[in-house]
Amino acid sequence: MTSTLRTYLARLLPQLIALAAILIAISMTFPGFLNLEIQNGRLYGSLIDILNRGAPVVLLAIGMTVVIATKGIDLSVGAVMAICGAVAASFITSGHSLLETILITLAVGVLCGMWNGILVAVLDIQPIIATLVLMVAGRGIAQLVTEGTILTFNDPGLIFIGSGSFAGLPMPVVVWLVFGVLVALLVRQSALGMLIEAIGVNRRASTLSGVLTPVLLIAAYMLSGLCAAIAGIIAAADIRGADANNAGLWLELDAILAVVVGGTSLLGGRFSIAASVLGAIIIQAINTGILLSGFPPEFNLIIKAAIIVFILVLQSPRFRTAFAFFAVPGRAAKTTEQEAK
Amino acid sequence: MKFAKALASATILAACTFGSASAAELVVGFSQIGSESGWRAAETTLTKQQAEQRGIDLKFADAQQKQENQIKAIRSFIAQGVNAILVAPVVATGWDEVLQEAKDAEIPVILLDRTVDASDDLYLTAVTSDLVHEGNVAGKWLADTVAGKPCNVVELQGTTGSSPAIDRKKGFEQALAGHDNLKIIRSQTGDFTRTKGKEVMESFLKAEGGGKNICALYAHNDDMAVGAIQAIKEAGLKPGKDILVVSIDAVPDIFQAMAAGEANATVELTPNMAGPAFDALAAYLKDGKAPAKWIQTESKLYTQADDPMKVYEEKKGLGY
Repeated sequence: MTSTLRTYLARLLPQLIALAAILIAISMTFPGFLNLEIQNGRLYGSLIDILNRGAPVVLLAIGMTVVIATKGIDLSVGAVMAICGAVAASFITSGHSLLETILITLAVGVLCGMWNGILVAVLDIQPIIATLVLMVAGRGIAQLVTEGTILTFNDPGLIFIGSGSFAGLPMPVVVWLVFGVLVALLVRQSALGMLIEAIGVNRRASTLSGVLTPVLLIAAYMLSGLCAAIAGIIAAADIRGADANNAGLWLELDAILAVVVGGTSLLGGRFSIAASVLGAIIIQAINTGILLSGFPPEFNLIIKAAIIVFILVLQSPRFRTAFAFFAVPGRAAKTTEQEAK
Repeated sequence: MKFAKALASATILAACTFGSASAAELVVGFSQIGSESGWRAAETTLTKQQAEQRGIDLKFADAQQKQENQIKAIRSFIAQGVNAILVAPVVATGWDEVLQEAKDAEIPVILLDRTVDASDDLYLTAVTSDLVHEGNVAGKWLADTVAGKPCNVVELQGTTGSSPAIDRKKGFEQALAGHDNLKIIRSQTGDFTRTKGKEVMESFLKAEGGGKNICALYAHNDDMAVGAIQAIKEAGLKPGKDILVVSIDAVPDIFQAMAAGEANATVELTPNMAGPAFDALAAYLKDGKAPAKWIQTESKLYTQADDPMKVYEEKKGLGY
């Protein structure tokens, strides 16, 4: 058990180091950053803001990780968020109960995922194109649902999901923690994760060795749709309204970035949900740090890009080999020496 | 192809007969950008209402955010021989040719809400709001309200680099110049959205001692203000009292917030651009008197004293 824990930590080490470095850098420029206090019965502070504001991207990244592990990609998640937010808002305002609203919204998300999955698995369309369809059409669908306005609601139950708190943590954080653990357990305590990785490495070989490839592929996209639905509900509940134009806008790119920062290859195969979640938190930490820093907004994207390039360079195998060679006589250096002999 | 051509000529033919049949009343073509925001939907609704009130036969064309569709619409209006054309141009460039065609056909063109990079003898007039002036009105309200007391202001900017963000910032700063008691301590973009407005306000509150150092919030649009108001409430402060809230646009939801005492003032970006346009057109057609090349719409200030609930009810049905 300890050895599995150790390999697990070793896998997450680059992400943990990057996150720690960013948090330290922010707390140096902004001293009160690490302060946590209890206010209105919940934890309050910038660290909690990072976990809370990161919720949509964390959720999207969970689904995206599984899809990317199958050598796919899901560009539609941002638009599906908008659709699901719109559906949730319109059902709650038309007098349905909270439970009905949530179930229907999740079902819509899963349905969107199924559409993507069928295009990819059954019709064999390349994932980037297949999901592009819904990415483009999704916002239109969402606008049809909201009739072009920001559909606001006052249902306390739905609002609670966005800005309530449970056990001292904001609800969105509770939701993604629980959901992330559930998905991670599901794929890792069963053979599902391994089968997904097999599809990503070689779809044909997996099919030939008896893996139900189409079913698993569709399921992966349905999971991604479900994640987008939850993220959509949280985003709408947070502002007490469904904004079809802006909900989830460009978040598909942040989710893909989170997966990449988490060290999962876009070529499919091995994946780590925990690392993707950390990746999403790293991105949000950068965003929050920039907001706290007080730089003029023109610099936001440049700073974000520079930090992310830095993290990706740190992760690149070549850089690591070179670094290990020059700094510590570590494992990488030894291998180089052995190769030289 | 043949069928499409036949259909097109049939449509034009039908339009021509229709146009000549109702030659007595004024026929105006309106090429709208699309319906990308609630404000634009309201502009469309109000333009139709204004036309109806004046007995104008309005021919409406939705361009779905595409300039080529707008140019097509204008050409078809010219072919139909309308009396005037209203255009809300989607982009600033590329209008010279089609505007020249309208001019050659002696059909006056009025630009709504945005202007174009074309020689100004190609259109009759442009009806737009002055974005700098809007920021100015908001700033002046704040300066008058705090009346000399020291006040730290945080600013939620629109999308970085967009002209409303640049101009509304400029106007606000102009109004604050000379009031040394007013200081903008933090300014960050909220991308004109509720979500980002809320997120950025949360960070402002954290950065400024839990909001104790902040006396007022200026948001470049109402949506960001609505998001920020929620952030202020969740931080345990009272928006509208502990932190004054002033924003621009005057969308219905901000009036609900004002009625609840959570927002203090908003500057209207009126969706009624067509009213002044029709007035100018009527004067022009009657005496041939050309209006000024730029008609500025009123940037009206609304505060809690202006019966916000009543304004909300009025605005609710406009399609915002």
